[in-house]
Amino acid sequence: MMFKFLYPSHLFSFLNKGISIISAIIIPFLFLSLIFALLISPQDYIQGDTVRIMYVHVPAAWMTLMCFGMISFLCILTFLFKTKNTILLYKSIAPIGLSLSLIAIITGSLWGEPTWGTYWVWDARLTSMLVLMFFYLIFIFSYKFISNQNLSLKVCTGISVIGLINLFIIKYSVNIWPTLHQTESIKIIGRTTVDSSMLLPLSMMLLVFFLYCALIFLMKYKSEVIRIKKKGLKKI
Amino acid sequence: MLVRAAKKRIKILVATLSLLILIAIFSLVVLRDNILYFLSPTEIKNSENLNYSKKIRVGGMVKTGSVSINNNEINFIITDLSNEIFVTFKGTVPNLFSEGKGVVAEGKLKDKKFFIAKRILAKHDENYMPPSAEKILNKDVK
Repeated sequence: MMFKFLYPSHLFSFLNKGISIISAIIIPFLFLSLIFALLISPQDYIQGDTVRIMYVHVPAAWMTLMCFGMISFLCILTFLFKTKNTILLYKSIAPIGLSLSLIAIITGSLWGEPTWGTYWVWDARLTSMLVLMFFYLIFIFSYKFISNQNLSLKVCTGISVIGLINLFIIKYSVNIWPTLHQTESIKIIGRTTVDSSMLLPLSMMLLVFFLYCALIFLMKYKSEVIRIKKKGLKKI
Repeated sequence: MLVRAAKKRIKILVATLSLLILIAIFSLVVLRDNILYFLSPTEIKNSENLNYSKKIRVGGMVKTGSVSINNNEINFIITDLSNEIFVTFKGTVPNLFSEGKGVVAEGKLKDKKFFIAKRILAKHDENYMPPSAEKILNKDVK
């Protein structure tokens, strides 16, 4: 059976295995990627060393978008089929996404000061990213503080569906409107405008961020399951 | 198989989602003027109801060879390759401000061809490469 690990009896051994594997590889891999990103990779031709902020900013931004996409998917699934396990899954993802969106915004504004000459502007990309952060906040509040399970699920689904539209606005904001933020460099269709010597550390850092998210997710999920087992809660 | 209640929920979700997308599209179209972070010289030339006392932003490329500095006043031309606008600015510009690169100027219009900037922001493009790669690229162009 493919989904054997989802059975409660197998769940903990699966979670523990995942946590131990990821925590064993993440630290050496993080150091390797940081060496590539901070020392080996070249300077940019106009920005100089400032370009190294990209290796944190871009993976954080991508992962926070991915986290919200996952949350929306799981929330819609929960709303449609009333599955209980998915509630725990999206509750475990949401804090990660919030912290990553904060990282993306803070590193972005630190990058903006030396390049654009300002920490913050109200252009379409930056504003929609801030809106995403507030969506995460409202989402977390609405499952934490609404005690009625049904109502909480409805509110969460509503927020995640509106947030899903916002994801597309974030993605295409730099193409539709003139923004101070540059258009995307890494394209699925067309030529990527990041030099290959910078693309390698960027993809390594993306993998590090992914592993970090997976690690925190597994830990949070485990503690959520334990919390329910301990208390026999009515509301998941 | 899907139970009837789940089917009903699917219908509710699809209806809400399409309604929300419509609302989002309409509001973005209506709010377009507020979302635009800057206007290009062409848009300024073509627009009829310009407010000369309101703070606006003009963006484009710094025309090559147009930058002149005297005392602490800097004059340059913003171009979008079809129209141009003359900009004057007192103060310091960001490091990335240079000829042939993107720029956003914030300030007031004097007339459709003359802009008094209060703040200059550098807009950089989506190209990232080491200095050595840039030299090779420039050689290819020449």
